[in-house]
Amino acid sequence: MRPGVLALQGDFAEHRRALEACGTDPIEVRTAADLEHVDALIIPGGESTTMLKLVDRYELREPLVKHIEAGLPVFGTCAGAIVLASKASDGEPPLGVLDVAVRRNAYGRQRESFEAEIDVTGVGIVPAVFIRAPVFEDPGEGVEVLATWAGRPVAVRSGRLLAIAFHPELAGTLAMHRFFLEEMA
Amino acid sequence: MVEHGTDRIKRGLAEMLKGGVIMDVTSAEQARIAEEAGAVAVMALERVPADIRREGGVARMADPNRIVEIVEAVTIPVMAKCRIGHFAEAQVLQALGVDFIDESEVLTPADERYHVDKWAFTVPFVCGATELGEALRRIGEGAAMIRSKGEAGTGNVVEAVRHLRAIGDGIRRLQVAPVEELMSEAKELGAPYELVREVAAAGKLPVVLFCAGGLATPADASLVMQLGAEGVFVGSGIFKSEDPALRARAIVEATTYFKDPEVLAKVSRGLGEPMRGLDLRDIPVEERLAPRGW
Repeated sequence: MRPGVLALQGDFAEHRRALEACGTDPIEVRTAADLEHVDALIIPGGESTTMLKLVDRYELREPLVKHIEAGLPVFGTCAGAIVLASKASDGEPPLGVLDVAVRRNAYGRQRESFEAEIDVTGVGIVPAVFIRAPVFEDPGEGVEVLATWAGRPVAVRSGRLLAIAFHPELAGTLAMHRFFLEEMA
Repeated sequence: MVEHGTDRIKRGLAEMLKGGVIMDVTSAEQARIAEEAGAVAVMALERVPADIRREGGVARMADPNRIVEIVEAVTIPVMAKCRIGHFAEAQVLQALGVDFIDESEVLTPADERYHVDKWAFTVPFVCGATELGEALRRIGEGAAMIRSKGEAGTGNVVEAVRHLRAIGDGIRRLQVAPVEELMSEAKELGAPYELVREVAAAGKLPVVLFCAGGLATPADASLVMQLGAEGVFVGSGIFKSEDPALRARAIVEATTYFKDPEVLAKVSRGLGEPMRGLDLRDIPVEERLAPRGW
């Protein structure tokens, strides 16, 4: 099983390191051709507006949607979660492959960013870093909410797609990556 | 338990900006052009460095009205500059909701001896450095991101290259030094011993390193990324050029695909005139910005 990390922008190197620590040999995905070589994909944290513009500019939207609809397991963190969603509160339109809406910068600006411990169904309690984080809204049928913070969904799963509003790759935990690799990929 | 303003959160925001371009803007309209071009953040300014250099006088923090107008215009993070050592300007910027503060040598220094105590703030700081010791002193003071200083406002990348190479050389030197030499290295660098040990072990700075100062073309961006920068700041180089939107976009693409000469060749074509540059030899030593900071 070879996972990939979408490497257009953001903290893809941290995800790569986490995947290596889980005993896999990940590749960085920058083109549609790279997508052909991966069995699972992580879309990292970064700036979602920028990442979605780059997805369109480098003609990756269609290939990504095609692979995801054909069953490619994908794990999106923060900006990566926004990329998967069906719609966003403002800015660039996401891929629309996961039936949930997102509110960008839901907690406010950087000074409101925070760390907390989150109880994730199927994983347990994990340390979570929220940076200018989004929250999920209106999860559709078949979308399971795995974790909430202050009453709002921050981790969701549907089929082989996992989306979380926080950054396990910055928190020194491999629990979320292991969950994705073992349970979904 | 909920914690704000931790190291992880401050350094984490810089991690999110990696592989991206941060652009200087002086209005909401320019901020929207930068966001549309694919910038990962904007730096809200009253004047770009080329104009500061030309007009002279004391350069201060931008007008809060200008900053708020830019904050409201875009969804990407907004940075703003305070003067070196001017912690009250930094307090104002944090209160305005700025996401990242640049304690910058481009503005006129407010303190000739001390920098801001950046641990005292909830928002992260980026600081300039010309070599490893300076970078580690700023990190020791709480900086969550380091950038080269370059010689801002010149459109001349030579100083930024010098700084990046000096930081890289300093790191490589520590990596091969036996552990008993590290205390003397710390003394010579003027840097905290614990950070020197950390760099020697990791082979990199403990925070994200960007390049800034004098970048004007897509090839400039690729050059500094290949030299080890994790992203770039472009100041006067975009909005002082003939076609800012086109150039901004080309520099973004060159930063993503910095290792791919085919992409660079494609995006470098038909961009119009770049900003007019300055040779460093034409700038009197007392007017240079990079030596500011201590």
